[in-house]
Amino acid sequence: MKAKVHVTLKSGVLDPQGKAVGHALTALGFDGVLGVRQGKYIELDIAETDPVKAKPLVEDMCRKLLANTVIENFAIDLEG
Amino acid sequence: MKAAVIVFPGSNCDRDAATALELITGRKPQMVWHGDAALPDVDVIVVPGGFSYGDYLRSGAMAAHSPVMASVKAAADKGVRVLGICNGFQVLTEAGMLPGVLMRNRDLKFICRDVLLRVETTASEFTSAYKKGQVIRIPVAHHDGNYFAEPAVLDELESQDRVAFRYCDAAGATPEAANPNGSQRNIAGILNARRNVLGMMPHPERLADPLLGGTDGAPMFTALLNAFA
Repeated sequence: MKAKVHVTLKSGVLDPQGKAVGHALTALGFDGVLGVRQGKYIELDIAETDPVKAKPLVEDMCRKLLANTVIENFAIDLEG
Repeated sequence: MKAAVIVFPGSNCDRDAATALELITGRKPQMVWHGDAALPDVDVIVVPGGFSYGDYLRSGAMAAHSPVMASVKAAADKGVRVLGICNGFQVLTEAGMLPGVLMRNRDLKFICRDVLLRVETTASEFTSAYKKGQVIRIPVAHHDGNYFAEPAVLDELESQDRVAFRYCDAAGATPEAANPNGSQRNIAGILNARRNVLGMMPHPERLADPLLGGTDGAPMFTALLNAFA
């Protein structure tokens, strides 16, 4: 099955890259962009087919490697 | 004093660190490849600067889980001194050996220049050859040196005298203007609770030989040597 992982910065953690992207969008004439937060999207193809078992497995992967939980949150979507 | 320098694929300050160590201690350190789970019996381990594993995912994230780092962690738990410089600092935070994280620089640019640091504590075997409050000049070369930790963690570092260096101006003051990368409270280097692990973004090994234009980095290696004299 597929595990889709979104890693995002925690609120309160400054995101200078997101800010720069926001400035660039405004410079391109896109008005009304009130904020930009940049994150990562990671797609995993895993052998586990049972979502009940896959969820804690991928959570463990996120905590140990895919996200740095000092500054990042993660969200997992399982498919297939 | 016996020393080892860890070498990851992408390390590029490993030989600078080895040269500085040999110059000051008179002994060649052992170079230890990241895939080696066994560490030689040493007093000091340097985790050097560079771009380990291409800085994939996050700076230091891959290296933190390489076979050798489990041994470095075990050695630190036994009291061996571990010095993480630049990427080495990032690796130590990712490995959970030091608190916090090094984020992208505030201005998003790679910074490669000399900075001024104020020595915040001399109560460690890394900093005992400096004077408290001394201003030293050390180079930085990093893209991700913006130190971040929760306020409670920063308070704890300060109350336990674990901030080793702060970015400062020539007068030793620490205004935001003297902060090259946006680090919280101008922090450039920190110690672990046991004070045998130091992580810092600036490169003392790059200014340890007069030939390189300065020697403000040398006292760090002298201090380590003195600890074993």
